[in-house]
Amino acid sequence: MSELIDILLTTGFWAATIRIVSPLIFGTLGELICERAGVLNLGIEGIMTVGAMSGWMWVYQGGDLWGGVLFAASMGALFGLLHATFTVHLCLSQHVTGIGITLFASSLSYFVYRMLLPSATTPPKIEPFQNYPIPLLSDIPMVGEALFNQSPLTYLALLCVPIVWYMLHRTPIGLAVRMAGENPVAVEAQGINVLAVRTGAVMVGSALMAVGGAFITMSWFDAFYFGMVNGRGWICVALVIFASWKPGKALLGALLFAGLEAMQVRAQLSSGTVIPYQFFLMLPYVMSILAMIVMARKAKYPQALLVPFRRGERV
Amino acid sequence: MQIELRDHTSLLRAGMAPIAAVFATLVICSALILWADVPVLEAYALLFKGAFGSSFALKETFTRSIPLMLTGLAVAVAFRSKFYNIGAEGQLYAGALASVYFGTGLIDLPVFIMVPFLLLVGALAGGALLLVPVLLKTKLKVDEVVTTLLLNFVMLLMVSYLIEGPWRDPMAMGWPQTASIVDNGVLPALLTKGRLHAGLIVALLAAVLVWAVMRFTVLGYEIKAVGFNAKAAEFSGINVNKTVVYTALISGGLAGIAGVSEVAGLKGYLTLDLSPGFGYTGVAVAMLARLHPLSVVPAALFLSSIYVGADSMSRAVNIPTYIADVLVGVSVLAILVCVMLTQYKIRFRQ
Repeated sequence: MSELIDILLTTGFWAATIRIVSPLIFGTLGELICERAGVLNLGIEGIMTVGAMSGWMWVYQGGDLWGGVLFAASMGALFGLLHATFTVHLCLSQHVTGIGITLFASSLSYFVYRMLLPSATTPPKIEPFQNYPIPLLSDIPMVGEALFNQSPLTYLALLCVPIVWYMLHRTPIGLAVRMAGENPVAVEAQGINVLAVRTGAVMVGSALMAVGGAFITMSWFDAFYFGMVNGRGWICVALVIFASWKPGKALLGALLFAGLEAMQVRAQLSSGTVIPYQFFLMLPYVMSILAMIVMARKAKYPQALLVPFRRGERV
Repeated sequence: MQIELRDHTSLLRAGMAPIAAVFATLVICSALILWADVPVLEAYALLFKGAFGSSFALKETFTRSIPLMLTGLAVAVAFRSKFYNIGAEGQLYAGALASVYFGTGLIDLPVFIMVPFLLLVGALAGGALLLVPVLLKTKLKVDEVVTTLLLNFVMLLMVSYLIEGPWRDPMAMGWPQTASIVDNGVLPALLTKGRLHAGLIVALLAAVLVWAVMRFTVLGYEIKAVGFNAKAAEFSGINVNKTVVYTALISGGLAGIAGVSEVAGLKGYLTLDLSPGFGYTGVAVAMLARLHPLSVVPAALFLSSIYVGADSMSRAVNIPTYIADVLVGVSVLAILVCVMLTQYKIRFRQ
């Protein structure tokens, strides 16, 4: 127990938590936007893989880092458009479409990677985002080092939380998005195109997911490995439920999970061989299931989640 | 753009849907083959030859189709009642673990009892694993897609722990793998040459059995009723939760049997690469079969031919083997659209 407290007191633990939380924030916010508009996006795992591959590949082919992030985001939006075409416009099963997109998007990423780098045995590396210490703030002991000496993409992730909250809860666009997920008929009655709102929300959400994937290869690590996303997308889907579809709570949930992951890496080292490492690696997945159980009774699903909207059809 | 329900769906149109989907998949993926600078028809001819061109290739295609038939059936049964079990991968490993636990020396029975016994414990293990998500869904309304997906990762780590730790075979020269299944527990080979084993008979029997259950029994009727309209089913006196639990037990059991068949029929022991995603490919199999148990057999054969054929194609010409996974992914999306077009028509407004 005292070992755990020791870990909690190190700056390294908090810095790692903030680093690890970034892809979870992007992914959870992305999924949250889709679900708020009434679309469950199970393509997230594949879309994060697409982001991880395309952003990295952009830089590897000589592009600059921010160009890579933008490229990853637009690739994500493209897959979002595919998802929306199927689920929003053709009213197909959101479950099956999502799984199909995950299968398609991740295998396509691996295919493209192998096509462009046919003979790479050890994954080649890029020069990733460097930490950018914010002047003055980063001098604060502990907090400064953990929070204000991070990669620019991490700052972007943290900034996205208030931005998404503001957009969803304080602007007409956000109102339309939330209404599309609660009562699409009412949106239509306002003269707003439900299908367009949902399509837009899924595209923006998917772009965020892809940036989350890009963070893994462009800031956290510097290479693209197979199976790199490793279920993070599914964890994000669980986190959205845990956060009851609220951006602020999503940040809290993501922090909890990132802390857990940072903790388990360190606990593995200190526990030696007493507890096998596989059990530490299981923690995030088991915790995700537990989080869904805890929130199950309180979960206030958007009323029109999973319900397709057909214009002009009687309800 | 407007989507309109058709007055009726002709049998011909319904039957054409999977064929159209396969055709569309091949056309869409030909873009990737062109990118690899290989003539499309030649590439597909190589793929076909690699899957069906020799007796060796045929045997491989059939061998590879066994786990796909079983996971495809598992997914088809579950999806029929709108229970989205994406955890066939984890349930497959649960079945494999059970067969290793009982089959590597704990008990030894005559072959005609031992093999069915292993299949049974595998099915029970697979069903038991799916019991967690299904109870969470029926009792607490926790979405089963995410829980079944997350359990896949937990199971893989569990297998990794067991084969590196307590269940590691000390005779395996340090490789992380379990001891071998005892001779009486091994599924017998079907042909004198090649790897084709009795798992094929098990899978075909399972398909017929599931079809019979769905077609002729009350449970099958209830499963379909719940899938069509759970509320209406509830009103007509069907216990929806109970039906979903039974569905899940059948589904998990079938995936568990796939694990036993791979261990006791093909590999002989358990390693971490037992399944290259058979559980996920099962979703594609079930969708291509339009969730029909008997159609799962040709659908599984088709997808296994893609995997086996793509392996040999990528050796002959310079196309990454991942093309097979892309084909599988595209086929899921294509079948969705094709089935929709049998029931709806799209009208573009001027």
